[in-house]
Parts: sequence; C-alpha cells; structure tokens
Amino acid sequence: MMQFVVDGIINASLIALGAIGLSLTYNILRFANFAQGEVLASGAYFALAVVVLIGAGAGAMGPLAFGWPLLFAMAVSIVATSLLVLVVDWLLFRPLREKNASRITLIMAAFGLSLMGRNIITLIAGGDPQYFSFYIPKAISVFGLKATPDEVAMVVITVLAVLALHLFLTRTTLGKSMRATAENPTLAQINGIDTRSVIRWTWIIGASLAAIAGTMQGHTIQVRPEMGFELLLPMFAALILGGAGNMYGVIAGALVIGLSESLAVGIGLSSYRLSVAFLVMLAVLLVRPQGLFGDKP
Amino acid sequence: MTAILEVRDLVVGYNPTLPILHGVSLTVAAGEIVTILGPNGAGKSTLIKAVAGLLDITSGQIALMGSDLTGLPTHEMVRAGLGYVPQTENVFAKLSVEENLEIGALVNRAAYAARREFVFGLFNDLSRLRRLQAGKLSGGQRQMVAVGRALMADPKLLMLDEPSAGLSPKLAEVVFSQLRKICAAGVTILMVEQNARAALRVSDRAYILAQGENRLDGQAASLLDNPEVGELYLGAGSRLSR
Repeated sequence: MMQFVVDGIINASLIALGAIGLSLTYNILRFANFAQGEVLASGAYFALAVVVLIGAGAGAMGPLAFGWPLLFAMAVSIVATSLLVLVVDWLLFRPLREKNASRITLIMAAFGLSLMGRNIITLIAGGDPQYFSFYIPKAISVFGLKATPDEVAMVVITVLAVLALHLFLTRTTLGKSMRATAENPTLAQINGIDTRSVIRWTWIIGASLAAIAGTMQGHTIQVRPEMGFELLLPMFAALILGGAGNMYGVIAGALVIGLSESLAVGIGLSSYRLSVAFLVMLAVLLVRPQGLFGDKP
Repeated sequence: MTAILEVRDLVVGYNPTLPILHGVSLTVAAGEIVTILGPNGAGKSTLIKAVAGLLDITSGQIALMGSDLTGLPTHEMVRAGLGYVPQTENVFAKLSVEENLEIGALVNRAAYAARREFVFGLFNDLSRLRRLQAGKLSGGQRQMVAVGRALMADPKLLMLDEPSAGLSPKLAEVVFSQLRKICAAGVTILMVEQNARAALRVSDRAYILAQGENRLDGQAASLLDNPEVGELYLGAGSRLSR
C-alpha cells in the first residue's frame, strides 16, 4: 500500500539531483539546458570507466553492494564531468552569451548538444546497457516496506547533497553571490561580483550533482547512452512544478513527479507512468500557474 | 580641491551609432555633493551608468581619483572606490536586508561589522528589519537598503540615480538629509535627480544637461536663482528658489 511512497522517494532522489543542476543553469544562465540529461549520462560513463579500470567491481560495505571503488569512481566522475561542462561552456555557450544570443538560441544549442552528446557516448562506449557490477539486490523490509540497502543509501546521499547545497547557498560568500546573480546580474556586478566566476561554479555544481545521480543510477539500474535523456522530461516537470525560479521548489517538484510515477506503476499503469506524472503536473499548474514555490506572476 | 571624479568629453549610448551623450564633461571634487539635472531624455542616467561601467564608451575618459576607469568592467568599479545605487531594482528582493548588506561588503569583508554599524547608525530602521526579505519592505525602506548596501564597500564616490523617485516628499527629505550625513562622513556624492529644488538645496554644485550636452553648471545656490534653470523646469519667468 505505502510501498509506492518508498519507490517514489527513491525515484524522486534521482530526478531531484539532476533537476537541481537544471534549476541552477535556468536561474543563473537563464536558459533551459536540454543537455542536462547527457551531463548525467557522462557522469555515469566516467564512473563506469574508473570502475572498469580499477577492476575490483563496485566493492561492498556491510549490507551495501558498493564500496570504496564506486565512491572513488563517483569522486573522479564529479571532477571529470565538471571539467567537461566547463569546456563545453567555453566552446559553445560563452561565445553565444558574448554575442547576446537570445534565450531560444541557447536552448537550441543545448538541444543540439544533447543529440551530439548521446551519439558521442554511443560512439565511444557502444549502445548496449552496461553495469558497474553484477549483484542480486536483497531488499530489506521495514514495516512491510521494501527497499534495497543501495536504494536507501541513494536517498541518503541525495539528502546529504541537498543539505550541503542549502548550506552552501545560505552560508558561503560564493553561495550568496550565486543567489544575488540569479536575481539581478547587473546589481551583482555593481557589488563587485564577477558573474563569469559565478557562471563557472554554476556549471560545476550542476555537473557534480548530475554526476552523483548518474553514478547512482548506473549502479542501481544500468548505464545506457539514453539514461539521462529519459530522465530529462521528469527533470523539467520537477523544475516547472516546483516553480522555475526557486532552487528549493525543484526538490518538492521532484518528489511529486517521483511519487506520481510510482503511483502509476502501483495501480497497474506502468506504461503510462510519465503520462500520469504529467497529468499531476498539469493539475497542479492549473491551480498554481507559478508552480508550488514560484513567485506570484 | 582634489578631483574625485573627472569625466572628459564622454560620448556614449546604448548603440554605438546612436550616442545619447555627445561629449559631456564633469568634475566632482572631494567632499562635494553634486547633482546632475536636466529634462527627460537629457542623458542624466546614461551618464552615471557609463561611469559605473554598464555601457560601452565610444570616446572620452573617466578617471576616479586620478586613475583611468574607462572601459573597466562593472565588477571592478566597486574595488576602485565607486558605489552606485541604480534607480530601480536596486536591492536583492529575495535576499534579507542583512544579506543585501553582506553582498555590498563582499569587496570589503574585513570591515563588515564596522560598516554595518555605520549603516545602521544612518538608517536606524534597518537594524530592526535586518532579517526581513528586502522585497517585503516599503519603498522608503528599500531605498535605505539600497544606499546602505552601496555604503558597505566604503566607497570614495557614491552615485545615486534619482534617490527620491517614488518617495513621498517627506521621505525624500529624510533621504536628502541622510545624504548630507553620508557626505560629512567622507563620501563624495554624485546624484541624478528630477526633484530639482530639493536636490539643489542639499547640493554644493550642479550640472544641467540637455539633449546629451552640458548646458549649465555652477554653485547650487546660484542655479536655484537662475531664471534659465527655472525655465527648463517650471516654464518662463520662474525661479526654483521660490
């Protein structure tokens, strides 16, 4: 009965990690980054490459089917994915910004980048699903609710990442500079904030969270070139639902989308899970067009 | 008289082929309050936006305390000693009053506590309101946050774009009288104002622009009595000092 809530939260944690990056680029760079799915997939493939190179599988820690090899791979993936997005920004988005390209141009560029990214991944790593390690997940059961230890770990890692981001945005100088830049870039510059540096950190944080999501999804499910692209619509739904201008709303949005998807599965509509999630999104937006946490228009 | 700001033959606009200022010059000496006046479309705001580094300068020079600022990016202006309060959207509405002040002090973090005390001393209300979101404040309170934020960096020159815009005459008086105190604390002030009479009363000198060119300048007191100034603002035969 309540199993769908557990499944929904697990599902939501992946959506949220990816969607936070989407929200950061949307708020600070002011465009919808359609290539965020490929950022997530790149993160998964970087981690896979490290795990394969180490050759010790994903490792193990207590009840968890992963250990230091996977955590190390995740750390390397965070660095590699961040460097990748910085290079892409420098080659593609920075010249467009300097030419004052319109928002739609940036979105189309991101869309093209998404297509290219997926095909480059397929070219290098092949199109078949790959796995960090083969293990048979053994679910633990609490009050009749089932989840594997790795899924629980995934939710815990998400909560920790979101908490870290919250502390970063509210307590650190850079975090405050990012919030200031998101609200009013000109006024931020007047106060001595170098918005170019803020933009770099926006990419790094968004890519890091996506790399964590990609690694965890790769570990608990599988690694495929389309893994990120398939998460793109739920991520956008979470962003819009949460109120696009609010970096915290996106987490609530991800929860609603994740829960709706698992509810759809629970009532036997698994082929329509995304449709059900979008129906819920439409229903919420009809009542609150600005999203759950958005400012009144 | 040491010049804090020196603008020479400035040609600037939003589009290089359509300049708004056609060679404007202006000097602000240390310890002065100088006001830029002029009818709508004279280029007053454009002038201080250009000084703040927000516009691409076609020709001319801007120097702050003798060092050339022409073409310096906006984010480096505050380190050079320039504070700027735009006319609109001059606070971070989603940030608290205190966070607004922190952002203002980013380039001067060591002096944060001292600067905050200075700002709270000028605008007593801000101390009480410091945890509130700036967007939830009244127009007058927001203006105090905006000026306070700019003062956090300990600027040598504070530029204000219509500090009395949208305020009641009474609140405008409060803002103007605080400007005298800020000036007395060693901050030179350059402002743009529509409210010519009230602005001239607190100013030492003023420049009057018309159609992107220098029209008149002089001591504030003598401009108040100048019939030509009255004409620009109030129609033939009027004087601002009445």
